[in-house]
Amino acid sequence: MIKVLKPGLQTTVQDQGRRGLYEIGMPPSGAMDQFAFRVANLLVGNHPNAAVLEMTYIGSELLFEQDTRISLTGGNIPPKLNGQSVPMWETLEVRAGDVLSFDFVRSGARTYLAVEGGIDVPLVMNSRSTYTLIGIGGYEGRALAAGDVLKTGDLHQCKVAAGTTIDKSYIPSYGKNHEIRVIVGLCSYRLTEESRQAFLETEWTVTPEANRIGYRHNGQRLKFVEREQPFGAGSNPSNVTDLGYPIGSIQVPDGVEPIVLLHDAVTGGGYATVATVISTDLNRMAQIKTNEKVKFAAVNLDQALKIRREQNEIFNRIAESLSS
Amino acid sequence: MTNSSLTTRYEYGGDEFVFVQLSEAMSLEANFKGIAITRKLKERNLEGIIDICPANASYMVRVDPDILHPDDLIRELQQIEDSMKDLEIEISSRIVDVPVLFEDPWTHEAVMRFRDRHQDPNSTDLEYSARINGYNSKEEFIQAIDASPFLVSMIGFVPGLPWCFQIVRQEKQIEVPKYVRPRTFTPERTFGFGGAFAVIYPVQGAGGYQMYGIAPAPIYQKEQTLPDFQDSIVFPKQGDIFRYRSITREEYDTIRSQVDAGTFTYQKKEITFTPQQVLEDPEKFSEMVLRRLYHD
Repeated sequence: MIKVLKPGLQTTVQDQGRRGLYEIGMPPSGAMDQFAFRVANLLVGNHPNAAVLEMTYIGSELLFEQDTRISLTGGNIPPKLNGQSVPMWETLEVRAGDVLSFDFVRSGARTYLAVEGGIDVPLVMNSRSTYTLIGIGGYEGRALAAGDVLKTGDLHQCKVAAGTTIDKSYIPSYGKNHEIRVIVGLCSYRLTEESRQAFLETEWTVTPEANRIGYRHNGQRLKFVEREQPFGAGSNPSNVTDLGYPIGSIQVPDGVEPIVLLHDAVTGGGYATVATVISTDLNRMAQIKTNEKVKFAAVNLDQALKIRREQNEIFNRIAESLSS
Repeated sequence: MTNSSLTTRYEYGGDEFVFVQLSEAMSLEANFKGIAITRKLKERNLEGIIDICPANASYMVRVDPDILHPDDLIRELQQIEDSMKDLEIEISSRIVDVPVLFEDPWTHEAVMRFRDRHQDPNSTDLEYSARINGYNSKEEFIQAIDASPFLVSMIGFVPGLPWCFQIVRQEKQIEVPKYVRPRTFTPERTFGFGGAFAVIYPVQGAGGYQMYGIAPAPIYQKEQTLPDFQDSIVFPKQGDIFRYRSITREEYDTIRSQVDAGTFTYQKKEITFTPQQVLEDPEKFSEMVLRRLYHD
């Protein structure tokens, strides 16, 4: 059992996500940084889809009531065990009575805590991920609160020795200026030529509206091609006949402030989408904080698939290094 | 209404999504085409497909590109589209009686609270919508919504929200703008209208559609205690035909107590129809649907 002494800013139970329900309007939820999530589970020998805790900006304070092993990956919210600094991206031994706490975030935005066996909460539609908007999944459908008691599950597959770590070259670094790769498309034909250029050339600033639903960016106003709106689309030039929104898709309601939709986003609506963040860079999007800078860089599908293969390759090498 | 009015656009949504726009404008024809293609795709059971999401005049497919290359999927989709030029399909779905209390106290309170975000702060959403659609009164406007059933053309936004497109000729279709600035509050089960679509909000939350009334029965129930929610937490399915029936406060209260007692079920009938039947004569089809729902 793990007792929550302080919850942190927004700590939720997440796994790979709730897949296959997009058509009923259910977003996948799940860990925002899937790379950090997967490595965290590897470091404690868990099943790849075991649930972890995702902490945002401010870490939790947790009391362990059992001996176990844990790992911490993702954004650097410096962890401490009984007040002593402990490393991230490493298998850590904890004893019953130990308290895990965190310093102020140093880089990145989200830290993942995996515990041997995974966090045990009921499966809701095949996933343990929290979706707070309608209050399902995770711990009672909400972010953790002080006094909550977490149980650990049985998704432990193999013992990993304390002190096991991954090659430093595989650990991502998180700066304050981010290049996020996108495939331009969907309804990008709605933007004027100049605005399509401006979208890629502007250095955008992440606004305080940046969470699991989406990230809103401030920069400059984008313009849409003048037209008589098609029937059913709605009156604003940024409106289209309501359609589905891919995860990572970017919309610009009224031409003001591009929004990148993320894992808890609405699944569809009436705003023109103009580009989509590639799957690999959704992990990096998860580590961006308010006021940091983002530039969107266009890649084509072949490049996106190559980047995806390289990322998978890195993960496979990490997995191999841990199993040998 | 012919197929030639539609031009299909295939787009990548990152490396995991393929987005297919069948038409920029909403039409029954575009919606039926999307239903037909996505149902056929589902039947093919291709490995590597994670989600198939039909929408109003478009659809979207999520793949695992390590298993199914998006370009291979697009070729498959083009082939399906070519094979069904004449929309010769049958759609099996449900006709459902969906009661709505128009001008209820709860949405009216929200209507008044957010007047400053509306294009016409001096009238209600109903009065404004009636006027811009050429109706003499809000009563006539409500009558037009009540008179002909709607096709559930898309599910999404949040779990279970049905976009509904009325089965009438285009010149009779209602069209209204969304609020100038979205509201921060919409009551649960609000019956609203935006663009050419009627919706019911499954849960309380933000929203930008005009608000006309409230449904006594849920369309989303996470506890799954009502009989209609045994198999899924959401009730509407794309292709369903909803008749929004204007009810009295008395009937509203009766249905609410049935919902609380866990005994409420929607009045519904199975139906199989072809897009041609609807497109050839929407009025005749609508009459047939209502007869079947209430008299067969």
